[in-house]
Amino acid sequence: MQRIGVFVCHCGTNIAATVDVKAVAEALGHEPGVVISQDYQYMCSESGQNLVKDAIKEHNLTGIVICSCSPRMHENTFRKAAASVGLNPYLVEIANIREQCSWIHKEIATATEKAIILGKAAVAKVHLNAPLTAGESPVVKRALVIGGGIAGIQTALDIAEAGFDVDIVEKEPTIGGKMAQIDKTFPTLDCAACILTPKMVECSQNEKIHIHSFSEVSDVKGFVGNFTVTIKKKARFVDETKCTGCGLCTEKCPMKKVPNEFNMGLDNRTAIYIPFAQAVPKVATIDPNHCMMLKTGKCGVCSKVCSVGAIDYKQQDQFIEEKYGAIVVATGFNPIKLDKYDEFAYNQCADVVTSLELERLMNAAGPNGGTLLRPSDKTHPHKIVFVQCVGSRCDDSKGKPYCSKICCMYTAKHAMLIREKYPDTEVYVFYIDVRTPGKNFDEFYRRAVEQYNVHYIKGMVGKVTPKSDGKIDVQASDLLSNEQLHIDADLVVLAAAIEPDKTARPLATMLTTQMDTNDFFTEAHPKLRPVESATAGIFLSGACQGPKDIPETVAQGSAAAAKAIGLLCKNSITCNPCVAHSDELMCNGCSSCEKVCPYGAITYIDKEFRMPDRTTAIRRVASVNPAVCQGCGACTVACPSGAMDLNGFSNSQIMAEVDAICK
Amino acid sequence: METFTYYPGCTLRTKAKDLDTYARSSAEALGIALEEPSDWQCCGGAYTTAKDEIATKLSAVRTLNAAKELDRPLITVCSACHNVIKQTNYDISRDEEMASKVNNYLKLAEPYNGETKVYHYLEMLRDVIGFDNLASKVTNPFKGKKIAAYYGCLLLRPSKALAMDDPENPTIMEDFIKAIGGTPVIYAQRNECCGGYITMEDKAQAAKRSGAVMDSAKDQGADMIITACPLCLYNLKKNSGSDLPVYYFTELLAEALGLKEDNNG
Amino acid sequence: MDKNLKEQILRASGVNVLKCMRCGKCSGTCPSYDEMEYHPHQFVYMVEKGDIEKLMNSASLYKCLTCFACVERCPRNVEPAKVVEAVRLAAIRQQGNNHLTPAMIPDMIDEDIPQQALVTAFRKYTK
Repeated sequence: MQRIGVFVCHCGTNIAATVDVKAVAEALGHEPGVVISQDYQYMCSESGQNLVKDAIKEHNLTGIVICSCSPRMHENTFRKAAASVGLNPYLVEIANIREQCSWIHKEIATATEKAIILGKAAVAKVHLNAPLTAGESPVVKRALVIGGGIAGIQTALDIAEAGFDVDIVEKEPTIGGKMAQIDKTFPTLDCAACILTPKMVECSQNEKIHIHSFSEVSDVKGFVGNFTVTIKKKARFVDETKCTGCGLCTEKCPMKKVPNEFNMGLDNRTAIYIPFAQAVPKVATIDPNHCMMLKTGKCGVCSKVCSVGAIDYKQQDQFIEEKYGAIVVATGFNPIKLDKYDEFAYNQCADVVTSLELERLMNAAGPNGGTLLRPSDKTHPHKIVFVQCVGSRCDDSKGKPYCSKICCMYTAKHAMLIREKYPDTEVYVFYIDVRTPGKNFDEFYRRAVEQYNVHYIKGMVGKVTPKSDGKIDVQASDLLSNEQLHIDADLVVLAAAIEPDKTARPLATMLTTQMDTNDFFTEAHPKLRPVESATAGIFLSGACQGPKDIPETVAQGSAAAAKAIGLLCKNSITCNPCVAHSDELMCNGCSSCEKVCPYGAITYIDKEFRMPDRTTAIRRVASVNPAVCQGCGACTVACPSGAMDLNGFSNSQIMAEVDAICK
Repeated sequence: METFTYYPGCTLRTKAKDLDTYARSSAEALGIALEEPSDWQCCGGAYTTAKDEIATKLSAVRTLNAAKELDRPLITVCSACHNVIKQTNYDISRDEEMASKVNNYLKLAEPYNGETKVYHYLEMLRDVIGFDNLASKVTNPFKGKKIAAYYGCLLLRPSKALAMDDPENPTIMEDFIKAIGGTPVIYAQRNECCGGYITMEDKAQAAKRSGAVMDSAKDQGADMIITACPLCLYNLKKNSGSDLPVYYFTELLAEALGLKEDNNG
Repeated sequence: MDKNLKEQILRASGVNVLKCMRCGKCSGTCPSYDEMEYHPHQFVYMVEKGDIEKLMNSASLYKCLTCFACVERCPRNVEPAKVVEAVRLAAIRQQGNNHLTPAMIPDMIDEDIPQQALVTAFRKYTK
């Protein structure tokens, strides 16, 4: 005979204000098998837990039902409490009367009635609960970092520092990401390359770090502690182990008119190229879209000049498989395309540029060797207009609904650097709000205004009209003086919104992690678990989770590393015992379950069975690998013969709940 | 020969006969029959966006319904008619209150809820005939002519309702210019207003607006400017103070197809 | 403040003025800005405040070209031109408040002016 205890939590007023908790406790006390039913103000508090523990001991309970918040919140708390007094933790059931009841109802009568029904369902289920024991699975002591920008670099360095092997998969030919393209960093104005490139070199020299550049993740299988990842190493037509990065091939390549991505297309590179001087790995890559040898079979210059014979026109994409205990996503961001905002004439005029293009225009390694010149005619701009919030803070139909966060500060930086280097240049910044929360950030912006006399104008640019004399008419509103201005600018700089990299969405599918509607990865908890995804063993680093500046990205990169290290330190992790199992006698070998299993946990085996007539027969039956099964239950629904069942959520338990609700 | 319902609108019967005549002759040459509905009324010239206005939307609905009854797409050529008819069609298909009020008033055989497909003549050239196909029929190309397309405000906006082209970065008229052998000139003021009806009471404002458009086109090296709107043509010609020639796009179309002698020296 | 008037303007325009983030792009793009006493962003803000009488008495109502530049370019999809139109309608629907009468026409036109200008002006300026 079952002896069940019911414990109804007030959650302060969270539940008690809408649900008559005493009535719930009273009603559930009359359910079959219930020997004690109590309510308490905070069941999760120490005294609340003691109340539960004491009741288990005193009444010799065989199962308990906690009517409280979502099991995501405190199921573990009460399981631990039960286990501490000798009750198997899987004999604990939670009835969610907060998120699914008190928070969504306004009428006490309705909410109370629903809470009682939810409680009855949980009681009906706990009658059928069986004690379960969690198994353990080993942790592979190696981490994968996807993305080799400053976020991924920081994460990899920290994990390596803790003594674990870590692989970086970077889709471009070099690590470094966006920070490598940036000239100076705010609010200190130190040179980005000077602080980034040593970290890149550290990555290449650290024995624990293995860089797969020009590579992509093409498949992910497994689960926390034991992921199997397929990495596609894209053919770069150069043998990485032989190439010394001497660069002779890039000098001799006759195809010199390929838009240079690193310089935002503001100058050209050759078909065989090394993205920039400090690239890591410093290895050449052939761009098959422009290489004459690959396209027509006629050329071969790079192969002739390469003294180490590194060129390999026949190289194919290579797939390698590796096991990891933890995965950190660091896929970063890109500025949006500006096609939809051509009132700013970005597509019409070479001298209307994005802020990232301006970084290259001002960079010593950029197309003009660090002298700020207009792209159109290579003259000095004397009047520059910055436009903020281009595509940010928009209605969903017009652009990104979020603030891109970094633009206010980098624009203040650009404005200041220009005024410092070219004092004869007038700089205007059109802003909606200047947002500068951050250490020394507002001081930085004020310096741009007060010390460098940058003209900040509250208002927005409405129309940009390029003219044949090279001037650009910028029509804008000045809201404080209630005027419409026309500025004859020489250069217009657009602070384009930033968005997650396009590779993030397919990656999220492979990793079964969640994303928001903007394709930013969703953290497990917005305040308390900011660097973990909701999928165990997958961590988030940098702007893939939301817009971030460099200091924040680095902080989050280290935080993600700490979480990954915490996992890698363990020799094994406790498995979820609520996994599927198959009743082999009922299994008809149809493979339905194998097809729907998203984790590849089900295989089919040929097994010998003794038949009733004492003969033996070989039958094909399903077999679940409990270490891989995540307990999603898809197989139990797909199974036509009812052989597949889920521990802790058996078909009979679910039906008992439904019966209790419908009674 | 494919037949479409054709709505010329009031101005094309009077001051803008060129826009109409060349639209018809060119369509015929391109294998499209344009047929007017038996009794159409003026569209009103401007769409009233106010949700509590019903009477001003009825004439456009009657025209749309006439096309629906013949089960044919509706072709417009005047930018203003196009704007009014497309906005009406967009709103009536989404705003149930408006649809029910309009239908209660009109008592049509079957309620009209935005079923008719509306094409601007340029869209017909692009989507039905195809610019490549058009180019192959050009006998008298505008070789070496730098032609500025003037969209004005009515042809593209509001883009949600008109759904004709990218409202800030349109290509349909430029592609048309290429198809008739000319060289399109891109200039920023191509999708700004010419001043429209303000010419009635404020010539200075009309002059300022149309002047800005013409200056921008001329500044970018245009030899001529083309429009689909009679009021734009009027403002650009009479109010801008510019000597840049202005033509209806249909005039150039007819000329390129060898249906008219003139501008193309 | 006349609450009914504000409600009427909001209902007729179909605009949610609270979506405005006060960026001023509507006024930055408006081709009639210099001719207007109250500018597009002010129409939105003043309607939000219920300060509508001033707008109804302003010549700005007849300077808006309904070119929809502000509607198309507003980052928040506020559609200021629809607010201007709703206020203009509220003004001209008052008895004897037509902004244009047939008697005024002969002085306004020349032989080339297209019919379109007249019908549009009547639609915009009269009830």
